[in-house]
Amino acid sequence: MSTSLSHIAVRVEINGQLYDREVEHRQTLADFLRENLSLTGTHVGCEQGVCGSCTVLVDGISARACLMLAAQADSAKITTVEGLACNGALHPLQQAFWDKHGLQCGFCTPGILISLVELLQADAQPSEAQIREVLSGHLCRCTGYQNIVAAALEAAAQMRGPAP
Amino acid sequence: MKLAPVIYHRANAFDEALHLLSDTPDAMVLAGGQSLMPMLNLRLAAPAHLIDINRLAELDHIREEGGVISMGAMTRQRTIEFSELVAAKLPLLALAIRHVGHRQTRNRGTLGGSLCNLDPAAELALVTCLYDGVMVVDKVGHSRCVTMSDFAIGFMSTALAAGELLSAVRLTPWPSNHGYGFHEFARRKGDWAVVSVGVLMTLDAAGKIDRVAIALGGIASTPLRRPLAEAQLLGATPKLDRLDAAAAMVDDIEVLDDANAPAWYRRQLARVLTRRALVDAARLAGAPL
Repeated sequence: MSTSLSHIAVRVEINGQLYDREVEHRQTLADFLRENLSLTGTHVGCEQGVCGSCTVLVDGISARACLMLAAQADSAKITTVEGLACNGALHPLQQAFWDKHGLQCGFCTPGILISLVELLQADAQPSEAQIREVLSGHLCRCTGYQNIVAAALEAAAQMRGPAP
Repeated sequence: MKLAPVIYHRANAFDEALHLLSDTPDAMVLAGGQSLMPMLNLRLAAPAHLIDINRLAELDHIREEGGVISMGAMTRQRTIEFSELVAAKLPLLALAIRHVGHRQTRNRGTLGGSLCNLDPAAELALVTCLYDGVMVVDKVGHSRCVTMSDFAIGFMSTALAAGELLSAVRLTPWPSNHGYGFHEFARRKGDWAVVSVGVLMTLDAAGKIDRVAIALGGIASTPLRRPLAEAQLLGATPKLDRLDAAAAMVDDIEVLDDANAPAWYRRQLARVLTRRALVDAARLAGAPL
């Protein structure tokens, strides 16, 4: 591990791609993603863990990227919103947001998508209450949340496939 | 805002963390980061060094040791939320933990981090106070135990000395037939509690209260037990009027008065929420209410 008084080496897997980088000690994971790797899908809103826009998956578990240092992501696997689409096809949750008008300005959307992907991976048939519980960790100033809930329910149904 | 310049140290072993802490002036311990990182980003805290203890697997455990539940300081709040041992032995903690932040912050937030930050409204500090928790505090070559009442010395201030690390918290479960109640009022789900209340209670064979603990959070600079109200209930049959009378006694303290809520409002909440928590606890303990 190469370390200086200002920089530290990290090896981190992001959306399936391995990166070896020197990062500033004080740099947050959110800023590292945006500024060093140009993965600007992870949005930075409040920088104090409240708004949820910067939420990413760290080893499969949702976390605020503004409340982690990039140095702490060493040897972790990160999934950002850029990692959801597959070969140009939207993730079913992204498609459901499109179809159900689950976003307006889109600022909060990347973090919400990440948190809901975590929920849908754990539970194929989440209740509306479970979806709202997850959404309580995000602030959206446009939608009033109704269409986000509808999109999450629609995505869960799509991902389960047609009833047998 | 962004963090002020800081030097990051990653501890890979417990002893290494203790030596780093003892050898590094102006250092803060970085646990889950859900309170410290916002303070660093806002530059409310600006230590010269951060000592990251996230890789110390030995500080991440929940286990029963001789009838006491020991939880490592790095135990994630999410782990506590889904722990079968906690649900079985510390049901009030299982209830209260769901009020700590949001799923996304509980995933990383830790027990020890919350207790060392010691926000007056923190649910985990309230629960530790209610159970008379014992804090295990280590430094190089020395380990000591501190009760929660000695640990919480003031507003966001702990008894940790320079070079000391909170390594575990020990809570003693109440008998399996105890009742419990937890209520809090927050402006939005996941926000800091304006006031929170926890109650534990057991009844004797005659249905009289033979043991009771009441603790309030968010109302004073640290979470507080309410011994006068507890004494008022000992030996009493838990009828609504007795519970009301005890709940009316809990606000005889200097109450926080800030932008979130004026003192009179917190007093009112304290009485109402205590009554509700007492009723829940009495019912679960078997009182015919």
